[in-house]
Amino acid sequence: MTDDHLSNTEPEAAFQERVDNEIKIEPKDWMPEGYRRNLIRQISQHAHSEVIGMQPEGNWITRAPTLKRKMILLAKVQDEAGHGLYLYSAAETLGVTREDMIGALHEGHAKYASIFNYPTLTWADVGVIGWLVDSAAIVNQISLQRTSYGPYSRAMIRICKEESFHQRQGFEILMPLASGSLEQKAMAQDAMNRWWWPTLMMFGPHDSESVHGAKSMQWKIKRKSNDELRQDFIDQTVPQAEYLGLAIPDPDLKWNEERGHYDFGEIDWDEFRTVVSGNGLCNRERLERHSRAHREGEWVREAMRACEEKKRTA
Amino acid sequence: MIPARVEERTSPGRDGVPPSRGAGRLPSQAALAEFVLALGDDSLVLGQRLSEWCGRAPFLEEDIAIANVALDYLGRAEKFYRYVSELGGGRRSVDEIAFLRDSRAYRNLLIFELPVGDFARTMARQLMVDAFHLPYFRRLSRSTNARIAAIAAKAVKESRYHLKRSRDWVLRLGDGTEESHAKIQSAFDALWGYCPEMFAMAGDEMALLDSGVAVDRSAMKTDWESEMKDVLSEATLTTPGNEWAISGGRDGVHTEHHGYLLAEMQFMQRAYPGLDW
Repeated sequence: MTDDHLSNTEPEAAFQERVDNEIKIEPKDWMPEGYRRNLIRQISQHAHSEVIGMQPEGNWITRAPTLKRKMILLAKVQDEAGHGLYLYSAAETLGVTREDMIGALHEGHAKYASIFNYPTLTWADVGVIGWLVDSAAIVNQISLQRTSYGPYSRAMIRICKEESFHQRQGFEILMPLASGSLEQKAMAQDAMNRWWWPTLMMFGPHDSESVHGAKSMQWKIKRKSNDELRQDFIDQTVPQAEYLGLAIPDPDLKWNEERGHYDFGEIDWDEFRTVVSGNGLCNRERLERHSRAHREGEWVREAMRACEEKKRTA
Repeated sequence: MIPARVEERTSPGRDGVPPSRGAGRLPSQAALAEFVLALGDDSLVLGQRLSEWCGRAPFLEEDIAIANVALDYLGRAEKFYRYVSELGGGRRSVDEIAFLRDSRAYRNLLIFELPVGDFARTMARQLMVDAFHLPYFRRLSRSTNARIAAIAAKAVKESRYHLKRSRDWVLRLGDGTEESHAKIQSAFDALWGYCPEMFAMAGDEMALLDSGVAVDRSAMKTDWESEMKDVLSEATLTTPGNEWAISGGRDGVHTEHHGYLLAEMQFMQRAYPGLDW
């Protein structure tokens, strides 16, 4: 079957057939405009999340408690910059530039993961972000390794390999706290109390409320629904919390033998909407800091372009 | 485990101030520890400064590159401090050495502690220290002390990459736009007088010179100056004159920025003494 054949006869049906047969869509293949737009939205949002996500943890690099922790944290935040790069590159295969995507972020048209609008107040927060937030990201990204768009899928495979190191570094930050002094235990529990619910919100609204859900599933951009992913995360995380001796701040959390899953309480969707709509504690600062760094770097990028231009014309 | 109470690194002088280390010759074991400590402090303080760039660089690729350089310095600090710790019979851990001294007991050269400033300021400093570090660690990699030689050999590889990067940036910024030219020129003007300290021999280094443990910094100045002159001239920049020179770091007399750097870096160890992290 040639591309001509595909585009001359019902291209959308042929496209869907490829997706259904688990054949990856590549940049030069025909794709519905909605698929392209949906992917640009999702991949750029994912890239922005990696980059904005550098801020809450980056906030502790200069204050990390030991030399070893400082190095590991710096390497971890550096990885996130790398993930941002892979993802911007994957999105660029869809005909959008990094500059466009960053512009859309600064103008408020593109979103990033809302979780990063919460502040990191103590060192334990750095551990909990690595453990909970990165675990949640992995649950989502593992399913995205099978996403239908080739470049996105390959970026996810690479990223997943590194994320498991991130998750472990978070857990390793928490271990000495969980078995440490009363102060350290309290610090870890307090971080758990503040990050648990926002982490559950990372998977997005219930499937019944999800705007992009159905079409994304049909096109196999998403492979599991928000609620399925959330359940996977809770099921795998509860035993880890027990191991650390940290209480999960949900009185309704209990094992349901019949379902073979944990039951859990209802998420505060008002809080979710407040933060998503830009009114979380750090939304403004996260965006302002990113756009300030971008602005302050403009003269450097300009000098670089000028030099390249001189080399070309020399 | 870091004990809440920490021994002084050197016995305090009459006013609680460590005795001056600039003058006189120290016994060789004490001199060795002082020498390695100073190299560790240089590495830690610059690594800490460079890590401030994380998430703020002009673009993502550069963010990753600066973090690499910062990690090289922090890794180097860890190796030097581990050796200092062993020389002291393990009485102080690496983290006690890194985090539990006050400003007067840090021996880093002033140029390493200065604030990062803008990207031009950061890159001008990097060129100056990289152009020093590469030949310095090359010589030190032939130290008669095998431990120091090994750390230095790794630093040579790192410094080669650091110098290539900082040299490229200075050329780009110097020969880029009018704005970048002005910014990088003013960075060199502001930092130039901190460089002579890199070539001054401290008392401990003098004491370790004959045995071939330390190397003679002062002999490296001419080559460094001529290399700087070449790069700056290729970057269409003016090499600053030698009208001023500031020093004090090796004697624990630092800029006022140093205390704030320590306050931030040491926060956890000071607020929660004696705990494992």
